[in-house]
Amino acid sequence: MADVISYREAVAEGIAREMRRDPTVVCLGEDIGEAGGVFKTTVGLRKEFGPERVWDTPISEQAIVGAAMGAAMTGMRPVAEIMFSDFLACCWDYLANEIPKVRYMTGGQVTVPLVVRTANGGGLGFGAQHSQATENWAFTIPGLKIAAPATPADVIGMMAAAIRSDDPVVFFEHKALLATKGATPPPDHVVELGRAAVVRAGADVTLVALASMVPVALKAADVLAREGIEAEVVDLRCLVPLDMSTVLASLGRTSRLVTVEENPYQGGWGATVVSVVADEGFALLDAPVRRVAGECVPLPFADALEEEVIPTVDKVVAAVRGLAAY
Amino acid sequence: MDPAELLAAYEQMAVIRRTEKAAHDLFLQGLVKGTTHLAAGHEAIAVGASAALRPDDYVFATYRGHHHAMARGATPEECLAELMSRATGLCKAKGGSMHLTKAATGMLGSYAIVGAHLPMAAGAAWSARLRGTEQIAVAFFGDGATNIGAFHEALNLAAVWKLPVLFVCENNLYMEYTPIADVTAVPRPAADRAPAYGIPGEVVDGNDVVAVQEAVARFAGRARAGDGPALLEAETYRHFGHSRADPATYRPAEEVERWLKRDPLDLARGRLVAMGVSQAVVSEADDRATAVVQKAVEAAKAGPAPDPREALSDVWADGGAAWRT
Repeated sequence: MADVISYREAVAEGIAREMRRDPTVVCLGEDIGEAGGVFKTTVGLRKEFGPERVWDTPISEQAIVGAAMGAAMTGMRPVAEIMFSDFLACCWDYLANEIPKVRYMTGGQVTVPLVVRTANGGGLGFGAQHSQATENWAFTIPGLKIAAPATPADVIGMMAAAIRSDDPVVFFEHKALLATKGATPPPDHVVELGRAAVVRAGADVTLVALASMVPVALKAADVLAREGIEAEVVDLRCLVPLDMSTVLASLGRTSRLVTVEENPYQGGWGATVVSVVADEGFALLDAPVRRVAGECVPLPFADALEEEVIPTVDKVVAAVRGLAAY
Repeated sequence: MDPAELLAAYEQMAVIRRTEKAAHDLFLQGLVKGTTHLAAGHEAIAVGASAALRPDDYVFATYRGHHHAMARGATPEECLAELMSRATGLCKAKGGSMHLTKAATGMLGSYAIVGAHLPMAAGAAWSARLRGTEQIAVAFFGDGATNIGAFHEALNLAAVWKLPVLFVCENNLYMEYTPIADVTAVPRPAADRAPAYGIPGEVVDGNDVVAVQEAVARFAGRARAGDGPALLEAETYRHFGHSRADPATYRPAEEVERWLKRDPLDLARGRLVAMGVSQAVVSEADDRATAVVQKAVEAAKAGPAPDPREALSDVWADGGAAWRT
C-alpha cells in the first residue's frame, strides 16, 4: 500500500479491508462491479472478491436498499451504494420508514447492520439534482447513524466502524473531496463513530465543520491566523452519534462558535449544534453564535452561481471577523 | 395433504379465525387501540403456504398480517397482548397490530407501507443464497401493492438475480376501499405482470388451503433448486372492511354473499369429511381452537402495561436510543 492515498481510493480500500476480514460483507449498487463505480470508488473490488460479493444492480434504488435491508436482517452485512445522494429520495421509504424503525417496532427483535454509501454535495457543477448536501435529510430520522468523513484516513477508519456497526449507517462520501489525498492509515485503522476531531487548535473561535467544509474551515483559519485570529477547527465526522462534548470542550477554550455547513441554513445540522450549545453551554459563550450555511435554493449549475450559494473560505472568514470583534 | 395434515391446517385456521374475532370484540370493548386490519377470510393463504415451507424459511407480511404471524409461530396470546398494548406483547407493545413480528421463527415482520417489504424479501432470499442455506423467502402482499414501484423493482431484481423468493398476492378484490379492477391496467393484478419479468405467474384459489399448499410447495421447490422466483396470485375475500374504520358498505351484497359461502374453513371442513374424517373429529378441533383462544384472551388481558421507560429503548443494537456520545 502506498504511503499516500486519495479519498476516492480510500473508499474502495476501506471496503476491501472489511471484506477481507468478514465474509458476510457484500456490496451492491449501480455500476459498482466491472465499472468500478461512476466515481471510481469501488475500483478493484469485483476483481478481488468476485461477482458473488460485488453485485451490479438495475437502476432500482428501492430494490437496492430494500434488498440490503432484507439481507442485513438475515445474517449479512451489505454495503449498498446509492450513486448520488440526491437519489436517496428515490428510496426514502426505506431510509425513513423501514430501516430505522424495524428494530424499535419489533421490540428489539431485528438488527439491521447495513451501510448505505452515497456521493454527497456540490462544488463540481453537476446541477440541482446531482449536487445537494443531503445529510440533513437523514438527520431528521431517529434510528440512522450518519458518517461524513473529510479525509482519506477517516474514510477508511469510519468505513470499518460503519460496516462493523450493528446499526444502519448512512455514509456520505463528499464528491468535492474525492481527489484529495492523505496518509494511508495502518492496517485495522478504525475510527469510532461519534468521535469528533479537533483538527486545528486555536484559542479565539471554534469552527465546527463537516466533510467538504472541513478544508474550507481550515483554509479560513489560515487566513484568519495572518490577521491574528486563532481558530480551532472541529471536524464533527458524524452527525449521529453527535459528539457535542468535543464541541463544548472547544468552546470552553475559545468562547466563540461558528458552524460551517454546506447544506441550507434552514433545517441544517448547525442549528442542532447551536441549540445544544444554547441549552447546555450558554455560559461558555462570550459572543453570539454564527452559522455559515448554504442558501436555501436548489444548487445552480454555473461555477459562479454555485459559489454564491455554497459556503466559501471568504464567507467563513467574514463571519469570524465580525464575531472576533464582538 | 393427508387427513392428519389437513386437520392440523384446519385447526390452525380455526385458531386464527377465533383470534381475529377476539381482536374485533376487544376493539369494541375499548381494549384494542389504534386500528386493526383483520384477515378473517384469508386464513387459507397463510396456513396453506406455511404448511409448504421449512421452519427456517423467511416470511414478510403486510399490515394485514395477524394470520401470517400466527401461521409462522406467533401465539394468539402474544398477538392479542400486542394489540392490547401489554408488555407481554409480541413486540413489547411497540409495534401493534400492523407490525406483528416473530424473528425467532422467521416471521420477519409486518410492514405498513404498502409494497415496501417485497424488496426486503428479495434481500432475505439473496442472503440465503449467499450463505448457501437453501432457505427461501416469501412476501405476502395485497392486490393494491401490485401498483407500487417497489413491487416492480423487487420482481425485476429477484428475476435477474434468480433469487429463491416467492411473491404471494392476496387478491381480495379491493385495494383498501377501491376495487383493484378499477385502478389496474390488467385483469390479474399480480399474475398478469409475471411475464414482464420472465417468471412463472399463477392464479390459485386462496380460500382452499390444499390448493395454496400445493402451489406454494411447487414454487418453493423450484426456488430452492435455484430456478428463481415466482408470483402466485391467491384469490380471496375479506370478511370485514379494510380496517376498523370501514364497514365495507361499498361491496355489493350479492358479491359478499357469494364469497362468504366460500369460507376457507367451510371448504376445509368439506374436504376433511370427503376424506372420511368424521364431523365429531372436526368439531373437536373447533373446540380446541375455541379453548386456546379463550385462554389467550384472558392471559393477554392479565398482562402488565409496558414500563414507560421502554419508550427509550431498542432504537440501537445496544438497546438504547442515544443520539449523542
